[in-house]
Amino acid sequence: MSDSRQAVAPATTAATATMPMVRIAGVHKRYGDLHVLRGVDLDVQTGEVVCIIGPSGSGKTTLLRCINFLETYQEGRIWVDGQLVGYRERNGKLVPASEKEIARLRTETAMVFQQFNLFPHMTALQNVTFGPIKVRKVPKDVARQRGMELLARVGLANKADSYPAHLSGGQQQRVAIARALAMEPKVMLFDEVTSALDPELVGEVLAVMQDLAASHGVTMIVVTHEMLFAREAADRIVFMDQGIVIEQGPPAQVLDDPQSERLRAFLSRFRSA
Amino acid sequence: MIPDHLNLVPPPLIWGIRLPYQLRWEYVLNNKDWFIDGLLLALEMALIGLAFGSVIGLICAFLHSSGNRVAVAVVTTYVELIRNVPLLLLVFIFHFGLPQAFPRRSTGQELVLDLLPTPERTFMVVLSIYAGAYLTEIFRAGILSVGRRYLDAGRSLGLTRMQIARSITLPIMLRTVLPSLSNTFISLFKDTGIAFFIGVRELSFAANRVNTDFFRPIEGWAAAGLLYLVTAWFLAFGLRFLEGRIKWTV
Repeated sequence: MSDSRQAVAPATTAATATMPMVRIAGVHKRYGDLHVLRGVDLDVQTGEVVCIIGPSGSGKTTLLRCINFLETYQEGRIWVDGQLVGYRERNGKLVPASEKEIARLRTETAMVFQQFNLFPHMTALQNVTFGPIKVRKVPKDVARQRGMELLARVGLANKADSYPAHLSGGQQQRVAIARALAMEPKVMLFDEVTSALDPELVGEVLAVMQDLAASHGVTMIVVTHEMLFAREAADRIVFMDQGIVIEQGPPAQVLDDPQSERLRAFLSRFRSA
Repeated sequence: MIPDHLNLVPPPLIWGIRLPYQLRWEYVLNNKDWFIDGLLLALEMALIGLAFGSVIGLICAFLHSSGNRVAVAVVTTYVELIRNVPLLLLVFIFHFGLPQAFPRRSTGQELVLDLLPTPERTFMVVLSIYAGAYLTEIFRAGILSVGRRYLDAGRSLGLTRMQIARSITLPIMLRTVLPSLSNTFISLFKDTGIAFFIGVRELSFAANRVNTDFFRPIEGWAAAGLLYLVTAWFLAFGLRFLEGRIKWTV
């Protein structure tokens, strides 16, 4: 394995001026006896689009949820834009942060979920404007106007007043992407966002994400099984297995010239398809 | 002259068979105000019980789901105590027992008499407490049924626990438990009949009065029964219609 593919050495010191947008250093996560993350190191630069691939159970989703602190982690550190996620450091020890601090930090990252997770009691537009109004305290008319722009961007301006139950899976997921964008996050986290969709609906969601990736306005970390999307949209592909990063690099390098046996075995399943 | 409602006149012969009892609906119809006022009072008491019971139930359910050990213990005790005792017993304790529980003319007794000045008020207070226990359980199950994914979405937007409880859990939970809420209202409406035992002039009181005043047990209770039946049926139908008008589902 060449040097360029190895994980960036973890920085255990506090934030520096050269800190990447997301820095994950030596993160461990256990559910009881189950050791899901076994020391993950990963840096993501501002504006970078990183796709995380790997077999199910490799810890991709858990890692993503740790960045948003929907899951706690037991060891290591995660920084988003130089701020430690979920904890405060006191004499080298991790102390849980207050609920307010965690909530504030979560506004820096936005998550798009596999099951869309739209609020069922709100229309598409209300879903999009809810976060800005409640959390960012944006005036309602401003939030509505911005919400309509975002719905137009994902091609759903005409569905603004529809409830999620009346939208297709693909449409729901596009609303969910608009909802995440409305928070104007520094980092967008995508958790297998096309896995729950019917095959014919995958394309419309990937098109929106590709458009987003091409604009390079927002840092994206994308957990996906869509190899074609990863190849075209990603700046870098990260392969995870059994709770650690095995290989990473530019798409062509990782997908066409895999070094590790595990990545070769993983990719062979997609090649045959 | 002996009044005929004393049943001294023999019932009619039909096809050679002597009927055991002759129905005389005029004793109901001549006193239809008793039944109309009684029905309205029953509906009012059920509505009050549902409203205050819902407030109690919501507070208790969210307290319980907070996980605070003291709150959980208090709520559990309240729910178990109320649900495992007959409503009639609660009504008697509040109506007969509570005013006697304090020395004569003491502040405690004054307070009880101020809070429960009439049997109507006493019954509404008891029914609210009674409904509160059942609604706590309904709301608690509703809160548990709200999918974790909606809470994840709220958390990832940076909402606090209180904001999530109010803006996400509460509306989704209420939508889920709406059918149970309708059932509870209909149950409470029927339970208002218990108020007759402490002299509240509701629908069962009217029925009993036809019996005691005119010795016509069948007409009075049949009329009340029909009114209970039709009203409860209309309530169920109306509430289901309202549920159908909500445009979103969970």
